[in-house]
Amino acid sequence: MLLIPLKRSLIMMVIFAVICGVIYPLAALGLAQGTFKYQANGSITRYGSALIGQNFTGSSWFHGRPDPYNPSSSGGSNLGPNSKALYNKTRALIAFYKSRGITPTQSLVVNSGSGLDPDISVNAAYAQAASVARARGLSTNQVDQLVKSEIVGRQFGFLGSPFVNVLALNVALSKTK
Amino acid sequence: MSTAWTILVLVVALGISWRFLGSYMEAVYERRVNWLGFIERPIYRICGIDDQLEQGWRRYATSLVVFSGVAMGFTYLILRLQGHLGLNPLHQHGVTPALAFNTSVSFVTNTNWQNYSGETTMSFFSQMIALASQMFISASVGIAVAVGLVRGLKRQHSKTIGNFWVDLTRGILYILIPIAFVASIIFVAQGAVDTLSGSVFIHNPLDGFKQLILLGPIASMEAIKELGTNGGGFFNANGAHPFENPTGLTNILSIYLILLIPVGLTYTFGKMVGSIKQGLALLAAMAIFFFSFMAIGLAAEQHTTAAVAKAGITHSASGNMVGKESRFGASSSVLYNVTSTQTSTGSVNSSMDSYTPIGGLTAMGGMMLGEVTPGGVGSGLYTILLFAIVTVFVGGLMVGRTPEYLGKKIQAREVKLAAIGVLVMPITVLVATGIAVSISQGRAGVLNPGPHGFSEILYAFTSQGNNNGSAFAGLSSNTAFYNVAGAIVMLIGRFGVILPALALGGALAEKGVVAPSLGTFRTDSILFCGLLVGVILIIGGLTFFPALSLGPLAEQLSHGRLF
Repeated sequence: MLLIPLKRSLIMMVIFAVICGVIYPLAALGLAQGTFKYQANGSITRYGSALIGQNFTGSSWFHGRPDPYNPSSSGGSNLGPNSKALYNKTRALIAFYKSRGITPTQSLVVNSGSGLDPDISVNAAYAQAASVARARGLSTNQVDQLVKSEIVGRQFGFLGSPFVNVLALNVALSKTK
Repeated sequence: MSTAWTILVLVVALGISWRFLGSYMEAVYERRVNWLGFIERPIYRICGIDDQLEQGWRRYATSLVVFSGVAMGFTYLILRLQGHLGLNPLHQHGVTPALAFNTSVSFVTNTNWQNYSGETTMSFFSQMIALASQMFISASVGIAVAVGLVRGLKRQHSKTIGNFWVDLTRGILYILIPIAFVASIIFVAQGAVDTLSGSVFIHNPLDGFKQLILLGPIASMEAIKELGTNGGGFFNANGAHPFENPTGLTNILSIYLILLIPVGLTYTFGKMVGSIKQGLALLAAMAIFFFSFMAIGLAAEQHTTAAVAKAGITHSASGNMVGKESRFGASSSVLYNVTSTQTSTGSVNSSMDSYTPIGGLTAMGGMMLGEVTPGGVGSGLYTILLFAIVTVFVGGLMVGRTPEYLGKKIQAREVKLAAIGVLVMPITVLVATGIAVSISQGRAGVLNPGPHGFSEILYAFTSQGNNNGSAFAGLSSNTAFYNVAGAIVMLIGRFGVILPALALGGALAEKGVVAPSLGTFRTDSILFCGLLVGVILIIGGLTFFPALSLGPLAEQLSHGRLF
């Protein structure tokens, strides 16, 4: 009674493991590598991946989210909405930015969902402009313009949220005299 | 405004695919499309299957259960042995027995609950051959059950409800693989990674920053993860990871893929039983819940959380950004997470644990209603059909008449089966949660103290009992207790509903159709839709309200008190 379905199940499992687990992913991978090589391999530039955030420190760079930026351990802080730990962490980060003369916006002081967020909100970039300009001996106006040129709007005008890629902004900054 | 546009585009796109994919799926399961016959026929030949031979519900269910058992064993063995199987550039070791057990049950039951971080646990061999292939298989099994039940409603004086092997094969070949393949290329074009190399080391010349970036065969898994309402991420961060979900476009594509089949199946159902309006009535009930939860979730996440507000950020134009990605913002995050929790998918693009109490409640609430809003692939349809049977029974009680559904008399046997299918989930979830909070092994895993800690446990079992897989991820659940208890809950949540659904299909198939009379309660009417909504709400709402009031409601009513 059970022997026939058991035998069929075993054979079918192997067949579908090959079709869905080998042929399908390798066909998709082959096409991806053939058509979108840069994206399929991680959008890597000489400065790093355009999609994986980096931990910029020091007053002469724009800072990203307060994330660990460790790709071997992705994920958010998972701290709850009424968490004392979240309150303490956020307060300490606000104080840190205030000590540099920056009034931080939310995305600078709370973790992202991936722990690797490469972007910050537009306001979070503008909030740091004056401080970065001071540290580099540039005019605030110059840095503001730089931020403006790096704003990525909503895709097709309505998808997602506008943002600034921190790595792209810092690369542009490093080329500004 | 942009959120309204996003929803509008989604609704239009889903409307189109509802009509055309729905119709195509009907043709697939009625065997009128055969363009992949050159692959399909050899499969039947090798397996010794006579594809013309149909099965009664018992044989159909036996095949399904035996096959699922084999699939679990297969997955378990690969996970245990992955250290010796190759495609393992990061040199992952074999998965421990308890975790391998939980994970194999999780992927075979279409749950995709993950007590592990993909990047530190799974080899590429495991990700592709053990996990991603189960994403196709378990999704196709879900649709097969729904189709088997619908055939029971449609047929008269029939001893059979279809052939499980044929339904399983056709779902994978004709529906899941073609759509997933196209979608995976869009994911890659937007930045999702798809390679067999394990990692790339970068050294930024600007400031000397060093980073080991992990890569993998991600995009192909991403497409079926959403399309099959599976939800298991390649990485721990799931859809928040920029390599899984890089842009606003992939975000809306993910949402679309998740809803594609569950929504389309209501058309398939209507077409199979000969009245699209019957499918539309079910879809309307699903949509009422879906948009209500979405609206509440969107409103809740426009505010910063109590902890962040107390720390000094009381107002933020971007809403609650804790655990959310800058490229999505709060609204696109809610769209994704609420969709995923209403469909038994469970993938996340933001940390569910860090949502506001009411935001988290909308996710939990969608699961507690039994995943019918619109629910997972196949599972959404067969579960809401169980609710529909209960609804006509309740309607029949009101007027004192033998209830009918689609011309089939609903008698004691059918009502019992539907009632079992509808009640098995809440009972399992509440008992498991009760046990977990009563013993130290259960309480040990909690990250956030206070009512939120209770929510983490309740959420975990609700998610597993509904084969969702979404998590309040603060709970450290890779322990012997949570691995084993979770696996049992997932098995009951899956097969405890599938078996009554198939038995119901078998019972209905044997019946003849009675002609509708003046006293027949029309099941394609607004009245029926309203009653169905009421039944779903009362069963789900009343069973879970006491538990919810100890978790998210207590937290919301704590007036900003921190724990």
